[in-house]
Amino acid sequence: MSAYLVKRLLLAVPVLLGVSLVVFTMIRFIPGDPAQLMAGQAATAEVVRQIRESLGLDRPLPIQYAIFIGNLLKGDLGRSLFNSAPVVEELAQRFPRTVRLALASMVVASLIGIPAGILSATRHLSWLDSLVMVIALAGVSMPVFWLGLNLILIFAVRLHWLPAIGHETWRHLILPSVTLGAASAAIIARMTRSSMLEVLRQDYVRTARAKGLAEPSVVRRHALRNALIPVVTVVGLQLGTLLSGAVLTESVFAWPGVGRLLVDAVLARDYPVIQGAVLLISTTFVALNVLVDMVYAALDPRIRYE
Amino acid sequence: MAVLAIFALSGIFAAWLAPYDPYRADLEGSLAGPSPQHWLGTDELGRDILSRIIYGARVSMVIGSISVAIGVALGVPVGLFAGYFGGRFDLLSQRVIDVLLGFPSIILAIVLVTVLGVGLVNVMIAVGIVSVPTYARLVRGQVLSLKTQEFVEAARALGAGTPRIVFRHIFPNTLAVLIVQTTLQVASAILSAAALGFLGLGVQQPTAEWGAMLSTARQYIQLAPHTLIFPGLAIMLTVFGFNLLGDGLRDALDPRMKI
Repeated sequence: MSAYLVKRLLLAVPVLLGVSLVVFTMIRFIPGDPAQLMAGQAATAEVVRQIRESLGLDRPLPIQYAIFIGNLLKGDLGRSLFNSAPVVEELAQRFPRTVRLALASMVVASLIGIPAGILSATRHLSWLDSLVMVIALAGVSMPVFWLGLNLILIFAVRLHWLPAIGHETWRHLILPSVTLGAASAAIIARMTRSSMLEVLRQDYVRTARAKGLAEPSVVRRHALRNALIPVVTVVGLQLGTLLSGAVLTESVFAWPGVGRLLVDAVLARDYPVIQGAVLLISTTFVALNVLVDMVYAALDPRIRYE
Repeated sequence: MAVLAIFALSGIFAAWLAPYDPYRADLEGSLAGPSPQHWLGTDELGRDILSRIIYGARVSMVIGSISVAIGVALGVPVGLFAGYFGGRFDLLSQRVIDVLLGFPSIILAIVLVTVLGVGLVNVMIAVGIVSVPTYARLVRGQVLSLKTQEFVEAARALGAGTPRIVFRHIFPNTLAVLIVQTTLQVASAILSAAALGFLGLGVQQPTAEWGAMLSTARQYIQLAPHTLIFPGLAIMLTVFGFNLLGDGLRDALDPRMKI
């Protein structure tokens, strides 16, 4: 297990270096002087010169990259062009809100997706099965921002049951987490269904039935435990998707997280913030994928020997 | 299939089908609800929403097909060569793909749009590039299993050269999974482009693009909810159609994948 763990962790290192390289190069591909871009149009010549020096722009590219990584490791991602706040502070303030939203969405997605998938598999080829699968397909086909706007229209504008924007209380969390979790619920339902169907065909399930166990017990004690292994992976991977999917949901609900920060920064061409937000989201995404692989390997020993 | 047929026909014959010019503003008739004159109502500038949705089908069709073509054109050759030749090219291409997959797809699209700038063409390029790793991985996996099969060995024994083996014997056998993936990818490309349009990072106004239409409609959610409902329905039904077709094709072409 530990050998697999080390190997998996080591594999993530070049990916993270690659991600940082893309973010580093990004600013250099945009037409114009990177120092001027980083300083903003209103900056004085002195500020531009300082930035040029701090980024090492007059030195060869590999050195510039080393400086970039050095700053990154010191936790220095530069300052926002608009409020001059350090990007790291801005991210530290907003990241917990995005995580809260993503975790709440994951709970919503699992609570809907897993039971729906089990229901569908145990009633295989019935009208209920078809209905669940059509709803699931509609769930993955629906633009997440459109679902969010519709929920605002119904529950905030018309019924006045829930707030449309804000992030202070748990009530503010309901509409955004349902919006963000809906597509994941659909994916989890499809995965749970196919995994359950696969397991229900296995010999040990037939044995359990043959020895006279009641069907609910067969499903719960014998099938579900095995069927949930791949589902755990999908749920874990969905968490990564949810963190990035928050870009849209946060924009709809004015949720002050990293996703909304990124979109605002792109629209305002606030490059240091764009770099910081992209790095943070992608690093978390890669880390989550590694974590999911590890959990999967712990749950299913067969994986480690492949 | 019916939904997709309507989508395709709307896109192709938009000029004949649309009851009004999708760009003609009529400020006096703005934000009007559905009526016999304007079946789906009008938007904030008094433009006919049905006509804009019909023209929007054309925009989505172009985005879906061109971005998928970009993904196929770049991803398939990489997958073919990496899988067949292995070695350094394989190693290098796999690491690049690992890095691209290290970005969540919407984030990668946003990074590309930041560099390239907004607008229809750049959205197609961004959405296309995002799909490259998927194609490369898929084809590489197929080639790895195909190249050890007997029919490839037979071709080699008969003296067929490498290009002939790769393009005449291996590539046609990857087509089934490629067609399924492409269908599903069109759905995902339409969704991604709409998302970028909604965020203001995609196709810009006044072009009749579904995501951009929703972006404007959100400001009138209280006054004119119809401006929000219909463009969203158009996206959902089209994407639903492609997803359904993709699932159906997968069941038909590869019964083992049937769920």
